Amino acid sequence: MSDPVPPPIVAPSTTPPLSLHVPEPAVRPGGKPDFSHVRVPEAGTVRRPPLDVAAADIRDLAYTIIRVLNREGRAVGDWAGSLDADGLRRGLRAMIKTRAFDARMLMAQRQGKTSFYMQSTGEEAIACAFQLALEPGDMNFPTYRQQGLLIAQDWPLVDMMCQIFSNEKDRLGGRQLPIMYSARDAGFFSISGNLGTQYVQAVGWAMASAIRGDTRVAAAWIGDGSTAESDFHSALVFASVYRPPVILNIVNNQWAISTSQAIAGGENATFAARAHGYGIPSLRVDGNDYLAVHAAARWAIDRARRNLGPTLIEWVTYRVAAHSTSDDPSKYRPKEESDAWPLGDPVERLKNHLIGIGEWSDERHAQARAEIDQEVLDAAREAERHGTLHTGPKPSAKAMFEGVYKDMPKHLREQRRELGV
Amino acid sequence: MARITMIEAIRDAIDLMMARDDKVVVFGEDVGYFGGVFRCTDGLQRKYGRTRCFDTPISETGIVGVAIGMGAYGLRPVCEIQFADYVYPAYDQIVSEAARLRYRSAGEFTSPLTIRMPCGGGIFGGQTHSQSPEACFTHVSGLKTVIPSNPYDAKGLLISAIEDDDPVIFLEPKRLYNGPFSGHHDQPVVPWSRHPLSEVPDEYYAIELGKAAIRREGAAVTVIAYGTMVHVAEAAAAETGIDAEIIDLRTLIPLDTDTIEQSVRKTGRCVILHEATRTSGFGAELSAQVQERCFHHLEAPILRVTGWDTPYPHAQEWDYFPGPARVGRALKAVMEA
Repeated sequence: MSDPVPPPIVAPSTTPPLSLHVPEPAVRPGGKPDFSHVRVPEAGTVRRPPLDVAAADIRDLAYTIIRVLNREGRAVGDWAGSLDADGLRRGLRAMIKTRAFDARMLMAQRQGKTSFYMQSTGEEAIACAFQLALEPGDMNFPTYRQQGLLIAQDWPLVDMMCQIFSNEKDRLGGRQLPIMYSARDAGFFSISGNLGTQYVQAVGWAMASAIRGDTRVAAAWIGDGSTAESDFHSALVFASVYRPPVILNIVNNQWAISTSQAIAGGENATFAARAHGYGIPSLRVDGNDYLAVHAAARWAIDRARRNLGPTLIEWVTYRVAAHSTSDDPSKYRPKEESDAWPLGDPVERLKNHLIGIGEWSDERHAQARAEIDQEVLDAAREAERHGTLHTGPKPSAKAMFEGVYKDMPKHLREQRRELGV
Repeated sequence: MARITMIEAIRDAIDLMMARDDKVVVFGEDVGYFGGVFRCTDGLQRKYGRTRCFDTPISETGIVGVAIGMGAYGLRPVCEIQFADYVYPAYDQIVSEAARLRYRSAGEFTSPLTIRMPCGGGIFGGQTHSQSPEACFTHVSGLKTVIPSNPYDAKGLLISAIEDDDPVIFLEPKRLYNGPFSGHHDQPVVPWSRHPLSEVPDEYYAIELGKAAIRREGAAVTVIAYGTMVHVAEAAAAETGIDAEIIDLRTLIPLDTDTIEQSVRKTGRCVILHEATRTSGFGAELSAQVQERCFHHLEAPILRVTGWDTPYPHAQEWDYFPGPARVGRALKAVMEA
């Protein structure tokens, strides 16, 4: 017999019955996109505090949005000026390349050359600008949507693609789901795929750097949805207690597959504000503004390197593409929603800025895109020569048993024999 | 040679490794200033400083999570989970992260962690201070699981665990911390000083992981045990007069199947002991291994003597704990079969 549901307690007449609040996004498919809840301040209006500022003195910075590029594409305010024209052009090329890479790999998945892909469309500025504010030796603990960290530092596209194709040249030997790269030499920690776990590991890596008297810093990455995981809160507690050199990045792209950021608690407070309870300085930044991302990243990285402790940054952005190739966002949000996103497109904004200051042109942009498209296509062709998931050479079954332990124990040798490889 | 307790042997191993390798760092709840609730890290913070031995927040997820990050950096973390019963918040970090990091990164990143935790019953700890969760770890590829039964092994195995480049779950039967335990809870406590395996050299020595020890040679029946149950098996053999061969596994993964196979082929009978709950326990794996390897040598069904499939009770501790009387009955049963 099942336990009976207790009967409702009859409320006194003065108390209305309780009801449960279940957040819903402003609009669902068929509705008119509405981002009126995203309050966007004018660019250049948010102050840039000194590096050694106390967390308590910048609480307001967790409730606003740091922006550098204004509507006319001019760089304004305290946070402007962290990059020269060469640095800006490098960033623009990195973003264009990330977008081209995504397009090519999406097509490869559609053609059956791999099982799975995840694009970062609309979020390219965050990974690219952040990476270009780091130093060699620093370590990112990324999520699956930070391919820009590798692409911005010109890590070989062919290596990334071979991993995606799980082919004979896959540096990870076909063991990992496509896009779960690992690149130690590039300061890119192995992506787990279990959400949030890497956040607290980044804190541990940074603690180790401090224990050893090193000067290297760690960057933790997480999405708005995964901030609900206990790993996020453990990371903030440890970062608060030991003050290691770590930047705690939250990429708030509004959507965790089909659940809006409200289901992760974004309705009641900003994600940046979560740092306040831990006494960690926190910024909220326009993630589609390359200049703002670079300036805020540099601020937090400099703080970390000078032993001033952790910084949390919420990057406000929008996931333009589907969550993954297994997802269809038209089922849960209006198709035109990304067009209505108030922070615009990061590539267009940086391009317009560079043109505005006379350091770029539509012609140069078109030429750069053509060159990069060709570079990505050439890389794809080379990667495909080493095999794709279902055709061509791939890692051996024998290799499946290697690397579980440093030295293969007897039971794995027996099982390998049983498979006959 | 000094006669010391299991606690002192564990502390000795950590101390020695901290002195030999400045990349060894030690942390956990109450581990630093206070030296651990069981005193296994007593004095280490004073000796090595607060950045090598320190207290952590009460967050097992955090303890193991930061240990993984430190390991990826190049340190050799030795972290303590205050009781094995508290490890579950860290389970995702252990199973999905530490255990698979080498594999998924093709060796770019590794997890040379030692995760120590007191386990097992016999101290009236109730359901939150008595569990034996070893099977939760032996089921996970990429982990090694170690459980010593005496001070000599504790030191040598812990040194090997700390030196190992893969993650090691190091289970410490807490009822054995201060003395061997036959399961006769109504008899006076015996100190380690009366047991020969409390003689522990001061200097460094390592016991290879994956090698069992034969505690008692015998011809009639093979008893496979580990941790506290090794001592219970010895008592049961003495009390029944059955010539049992008692294997102390010491390491569960990698498992020393050679020693098991050799013994069962000789005796033709096998009894498997553990404190943990029976269903899907490590005894099930041992039983399967024995029948796969020794079926034609078996003269009786393999028996298991284990904790019952209930949460670990408080008042009924001695009805739950698989003591020498139950083990003795199983020995007689396989001899009569």
